[in-house]
Amino acid sequence: MATNTLHDGFSEKGALIERHWQELNARRRLYTWLGLAILAVALSGSLWFANETNAGKFFDRLPYLFDFVGDMVPRDGFEVFRALFDLPSPYDDGSFKYNYPEGRLYITESLYVPEYFHKMLETLNIALFSTIIGMFFGFLLCFLAAKNLVANRLLRGFVRRFMEILRAFPEVVLAGFFLAILSLGPLPAVIAVSIHTVGALGKLFFEVVENADMKAEEGLRAVGASWVERVWFGIVPQVLPNFMSYFLLRLEINVRASTIIGAVGGGGIGELLRLSIGQNHQAKTLAIVLLLLITIIAVDQFSAWLRRKLVGDHAFRLAQ
Amino acid sequence: MTTLNSSQMDEIAARHPAVFHRSFWQRFRIAIITGGFVLYALYCWWFFAIGHVLGTANWNIAGTYLADWVSYEVRPEVAIEPDGAMKLTYPRFSPLGPNAKPDWVEIELGTMTRTMPAAGAMTTTEKKPASIGFMGEGAVIGGSAAAAEGLATATTREEEVVKRAKITLNSSTSVEVVPERVTVQHAGETLVVDVDGSEVKPEGTLPAWATQKTPGQKITLAFGFAGWGEIEADDISIRKRFLGWANFLFDTNSPFHGKSTSEVASLITSDERIDPKQSNLSLAWDNILYNSEWQHLDVWTKLLQTIVMAFVGTLFAMLLAFPLAFLAARNITRNWFSNQITKRLFDFLRSVDMLIWALFFTRAFGPGPLAGMSAIFFTDTGTLGKLYSEALENIDDKQREGVKSVGAAPVAVQRFGVLPQVMPLFASQALYFWESNTRSATIIGAVGAGGIGLKLWEAMRTNSDWENVAYMVLLILMVVFVFDGISNALRSRLMGKPSH
Repeated sequence: MATNTLHDGFSEKGALIERHWQELNARRRLYTWLGLAILAVALSGSLWFANETNAGKFFDRLPYLFDFVGDMVPRDGFEVFRALFDLPSPYDDGSFKYNYPEGRLYITESLYVPEYFHKMLETLNIALFSTIIGMFFGFLLCFLAAKNLVANRLLRGFVRRFMEILRAFPEVVLAGFFLAILSLGPLPAVIAVSIHTVGALGKLFFEVVENADMKAEEGLRAVGASWVERVWFGIVPQVLPNFMSYFLLRLEINVRASTIIGAVGGGGIGELLRLSIGQNHQAKTLAIVLLLLITIIAVDQFSAWLRRKLVGDHAFRLAQ
Repeated sequence: MTTLNSSQMDEIAARHPAVFHRSFWQRFRIAIITGGFVLYALYCWWFFAIGHVLGTANWNIAGTYLADWVSYEVRPEVAIEPDGAMKLTYPRFSPLGPNAKPDWVEIELGTMTRTMPAAGAMTTTEKKPASIGFMGEGAVIGGSAAAAEGLATATTREEEVVKRAKITLNSSTSVEVVPERVTVQHAGETLVVDVDGSEVKPEGTLPAWATQKTPGQKITLAFGFAGWGEIEADDISIRKRFLGWANFLFDTNSPFHGKSTSEVASLITSDERIDPKQSNLSLAWDNILYNSEWQHLDVWTKLLQTIVMAFVGTLFAMLLAFPLAFLAARNITRNWFSNQITKRLFDFLRSVDMLIWALFFTRAFGPGPLAGMSAIFFTDTGTLGKLYSEALENIDDKQREGVKSVGAAPVAVQRFGVLPQVMPLFASQALYFWESNTRSATIIGAVGAGGIGLKLWEAMRTNSDWENVAYMVLLILMVVFVFDGISNALRSRLMGKPSH
């Protein structure tokens, strides 16, 4: 664009402006290239480092990537559904690979819940329950962190730092620690996901509260309402739809998070998936992946629909 | 102050019916939703058997594990042989190192004539923990050899044994052991226990800090943070707790171990080489990096892997999502077919969880950062692609029309009509995901996708390396906070908002 050289036709002032413009442009271009160069150096360094420290080298392993995909193909297409619904397999040879009916959870004599559905329900329950716990405590904390409600810098800063630590603390560690105390089961996962959710939702909530319209609160203050009354009647009604919307967004994230936590020992479907991939049980793996995919899409769609009803067509920042 | 009379009230109610006659759902929705949440919480209480799990949980262990995060234990152990000879030992890998003589353990030595019985010698020698430090292995071998000789003939010899040992835990707590008698003092109370090799008999009633589950069996002593101990008939083991991380820089095998800062500094600067092959400074640095307890180099490498995973994964995801988003945006590519294909691809990448991708690539590439990187790349291509295409669909069309109206080529229309509007948003979202992926990279690492996650998980599984866990958590928190700050600062500059 700015390839024009100084023309003779410019007046003195015009030439000065033109020169400034050229300089500015050159500097901007220099910064862009410099930034790109730094990024390229960092990227190639990172790639080299990752490849060096990996167990298998990228180019050595690449041809086998598709072998593994081939390994994941079950013996026939219906095998996946037999694994999903715990139906007996014609290939049953007594090994763990085909023992689908053994996972059945009988409710009555003949009615049963297939194992993966039960475990998926467990994972969903972990996600929903911990989102509710997170919302409860996040709700209590967020008003204390909002600039427009708490004048005390010290208290505000303390609550904010506290929520930051909750958010940044690795979930694996929380899960592992409570696993050691509470022994195996889904509860360590619930605690780990909840603690993280308190921090994450608390942050989003207090940002909503800070953007709230203060007129209602002012009115209440004028008639002598206490702090709790002002918050409850002045702020909560306007922020509640947004809170619910963030709650649903967090629920989507937590369904994924609780699957991952499950894989590192927190129970639920994640653990089964890790085991079946590790032991090369094709049909079981595909059944779990299918179930997970459907569940996650369903939860996402449901939450998106509900959010649209709550706050209208609003683009929300994804928060983790 | 004027008050309203009833007709005025009615008038207001008639004027604003929406305020006074709200539907059932409008009036009670908060109560209904809250009630639903409470009912669901009760259901979960039952589903997860929370009451039962909390009741059977081992809360004492929780305190010990938490204390392990910031402190360490030293474990002197007094073994009493059947003939009354006592021996004071420290377990292998004691934080004090081999041949430690801490000043809080007083011992009186004496000689004693011991007859080694022909039978049983083997078991007694084998049962005792190997003497001390890394010399332990040699000691075990020596012990078995002696026992093997003992099998042939009973031998008699003079041996130096411990006559009295006094272990002080703090100013009010101490444990004194003489043959057949243990005296424990804690918080102004004194407990005397007779140990005769087969039975543990306390004299008088036990104080609150001592418990004996079955008469004659071991007594457990709890001294709070100062430590704890166990009195068995032939073995008294004490754990004294110290605040801090033991041997953080130099492990017990290092020539610098146990030296004060000034001593280490003078050693490093002196010309006399400890190891003739390298200078003292590089030896010290080597010893720190390869510290056997803290494994600094390994931890740092794994942390860097985690950072690299998040960085490369997000960057590649952004690079791929960028062109695809143009294909997916309805207003940019006016082709229903290509819109749908790219959008469904984004949905697929996003909905197949990061966990599934991580497990999949761990199988393909082997454990390491490549797997984690690919997992982040795949998931985030979906997420970023979705966000980018939504942003593109919401742009202002006037700018594009303006550029188009002067006869610009299609590429130039995108470059000057679209990019300036969305670029800050794109960069900001990528930065946000970079920062949040640094956190998620930790957790997918634990399933084998590389990085510090696996190391954390391994450290936790032993249930004895909580101080290493604390160290790694501290490093992770530092990295996350620094990246959070960088990402926030860059984002607020990009979006032109003041940072909060």
